[in-house]
Amino acid sequence: MQQESTMRVFYRRNTDTIRLLFITIVIFITMSSLSSRFLRPNNFLSMGFQIPELGLYSIAMMLVMITGGRDLSIVGIGNLSCIVAALIMRDGYAAGLAGGAMIMNILLGVMAALLVGVVCGLFNGIIVAFTGLPSMLVTMATSYIFTGIGVVLTNGEAISKVYPEYVYFGNNSALGLPIPLWFLIAALLITWLLLNKTRYGFEIKMVGSNPLASRFSGINIHSVLIKTYLISGIFCAVCGLEILARTDSAKANYALTYTFQAILCAVLGATDPNGGYGKVSTLVLSLISMQLLSSGFNMLRLGTYFKEFAWGVLLLVVLSANFLNNEISRRRYVAKMNKRAAQEDGS
Amino acid sequence: MYKSFFGVIAMDGMDFDVRKGEIHCLVGENGCGKSTMIKVISGFYTYDRGDLFINGKKYRKITSAESMREGIQVIYQDFSLFPNMTIAENIMMYDTTSSGRVMVNHQKQVDSAQQVLNRINFDINPNLYVYQLNIAEMQMVAICRAIAQEARLIIMDEPTSALTSSEVNKLLQVVKDLKNQGVAVLFVSHKLDEILEISDRITVMRNGKSVFVSKDGEALPSKEELIFHMTGKSFSDKRNAWNINTNQTPLLETRGLGLQGAFEDINLKLYPSEILGITGLLGCGRQELAEALFGVIQAQSGSLLIYGKEMNPFSSVQEAVAQNIAYVPEDRLTKGLHMNQSVADNAIARIVDQFRNRLGLISGKKTEEGKHKALHTVHIRGMRPYNPVKSLSGGNQQKVGLIKWLASKPRILILNCPTVGVDVGAKEDIHNIVRELAKEGMGVIVISDDIPEVLNLCSRVLVMKNGRIAHEVFTDDMDIESLEAMLADDDLKEVV
Repeated sequence: MQQESTMRVFYRRNTDTIRLLFITIVIFITMSSLSSRFLRPNNFLSMGFQIPELGLYSIAMMLVMITGGRDLSIVGIGNLSCIVAALIMRDGYAAGLAGGAMIMNILLGVMAALLVGVVCGLFNGIIVAFTGLPSMLVTMATSYIFTGIGVVLTNGEAISKVYPEYVYFGNNSALGLPIPLWFLIAALLITWLLLNKTRYGFEIKMVGSNPLASRFSGINIHSVLIKTYLISGIFCAVCGLEILARTDSAKANYALTYTFQAILCAVLGATDPNGGYGKVSTLVLSLISMQLLSSGFNMLRLGTYFKEFAWGVLLLVVLSANFLNNEISRRRYVAKMNKRAAQEDGS
Repeated sequence: MYKSFFGVIAMDGMDFDVRKGEIHCLVGENGCGKSTMIKVISGFYTYDRGDLFINGKKYRKITSAESMREGIQVIYQDFSLFPNMTIAENIMMYDTTSSGRVMVNHQKQVDSAQQVLNRINFDINPNLYVYQLNIAEMQMVAICRAIAQEARLIIMDEPTSALTSSEVNKLLQVVKDLKNQGVAVLFVSHKLDEILEISDRITVMRNGKSVFVSKDGEALPSKEELIFHMTGKSFSDKRNAWNINTNQTPLLETRGLGLQGAFEDINLKLYPSEILGITGLLGCGRQELAEALFGVIQAQSGSLLIYGKEMNPFSSVQEAVAQNIAYVPEDRLTKGLHMNQSVADNAIARIVDQFRNRLGLISGKKTEEGKHKALHTVHIRGMRPYNPVKSLSGGNQQKVGLIKWLASKPRILILNCPTVGVDVGAKEDIHNIVRELAKEGMGVIVISDDIPEVLNLCSRVLVMKNGRIAHEVFTDDMDIESLEAMLADDDLKEVV
């Protein structure tokens, strides 16, 4: 084994993180200099309320992408969980429940929403694992099923008016940070633990990089895939609960664009679209840089839709940076070899 | 025709030339720069210093299109065919795409393809789809495609590694025919016997340099000389006497194991410290037997005795792993290793569970220690543990595959074609590792169609034919020719 300095090893193993950190800082400085209101605490507070939805969906997407798949049903699962919780809590609130009964009712709603996430995730996972069909097609189909069930449950209308006590969680801060942000932080920590500190985390990367070799290593691929979609479903359900708490409403077709934004966020966060690689630290940076861009453009009064344009550009910039980086290191190597050869010729 | 190179990245001052209508063989250990050189000639890579001449014309930079225009065609190991198209469409592909016509004249395409097929006496219906063919037939189609483009130099990258011995003979005949038609062939291979059979000239490469070129009109070097040039070392041909105590309980015993369409009535015993060879032609059932012993596929009849305990045939890999059985598959690329993951992660893929701490979480410190320990069991030259496995050469990848399974401390190790596509030096290393393991009491099954390897490594060999064990052979009084005759004999019977 060759010995390398600790710094170099650290750099080589964290190149994506360092590069993305650099890009995030550049965006931050540019935005701060373009708009005087950008650095106000209020701006950061509102960003803290906007990040968690995309963040939770991106985690759900990243996990599936590490297995080499795509989950197009994340928003469908999130909305369905949101609707089930909203139906339970709306009826409870309309019946005038208070005190212990109210807490029980809220807990019932939360549990029901999580159960929806578990069932939908299992459904996705079992089909993908046992049929071997492309996950993109399976989850596209199930996303229509989940959204369809949501439409039937709500008659296509928005469900609103749940307990103000529940809505409080989505719109207030605790310990200086928005409460939804605390949930996102917890979810990120759990994901980090899963990926880095459990056998499952090791296996999901192995399955993602080569399913057949994993099978020959005695890894139960079916179980790894089902677990992944299950966990992804739970994160979607948590996101649905967060949406209900923040907006006090549930709709079957709420924010469908999150699906592709989550893919963009995961790829920007150095998740390998072919599977086998994904990291929490880069996902966080990717989320932050996307949010900085969207808030910044909002302040410049360039309109909300400009943010999607900017995200597309950002993704292309980061992907080309990877390509350029490889090309530069190759050229440096060639130059070094030529120099060495020239010296040998000279001597 | 003259080409020469000086100082391409993986090539360090390589001088080399191919003449019109000759069969030139290029040999060398894995990672010596053979593939790089082929890719430079075909315009896939650019070279950094030196000169390249093709047909007397000097090229500073050559593109794939220019290389093809000069009549250079490369047949890679995967043939680059389109399985969803017919043979004729594949052969006439460039003709069709570059004709500039909108409509495709199907009949003319088939006729021209048939002419090309006739040129190498290959008898097959050009309307078959390529996915219906076996590997040897696909290779012929790839050769035809090269001929169809008026190739003057055909480069074959390890063309025989996936073929059976009778298919190899056919291929060699085709190569000789091509030579008679004035086409030069650059033949890259590990198998020295074939090379000595067909070459006009031989170039040996080592570390990106040409270390030996046979001269015109002189006799070709002997096999031992070639090995010496390739590795800089010489190897001896060892034999092992069978001295296993048959009174001890076998580690593994099968009784009447069978699987329809694959193998039947397999009875074998593997004793501790034994290296048991299983050989046979492709399709004789050795592949299926290996996978059944590891639970990848389930045998339908018979039973297994593991450490003397009788049990049903395994229905999953997990069951086999639970009995401390390890299996290194024949295809490290698709079945054995995770090419994009790091060497270290591959090495511990079997044993991550051991690194859990009291909380049940995997401890980073224990994992690092485990990686370090695993990677020190087998020496891999110039390896960086955090680089992906695909950055290693074939022989070193195979060592990583071994490490991965050895880390789990198996009692029974099944190796399927452990040295396919591995150079002579690494092959010897792998053989020595296997011998050491057997000495420590492990039972090893080596499945291979490499006869010298089986004789060299094993003391007892089972020869399979048509899904049955046909012969049991002790290697100390056996020579290569008679064992090969045993296999070839089966070939004849099949025809009758």
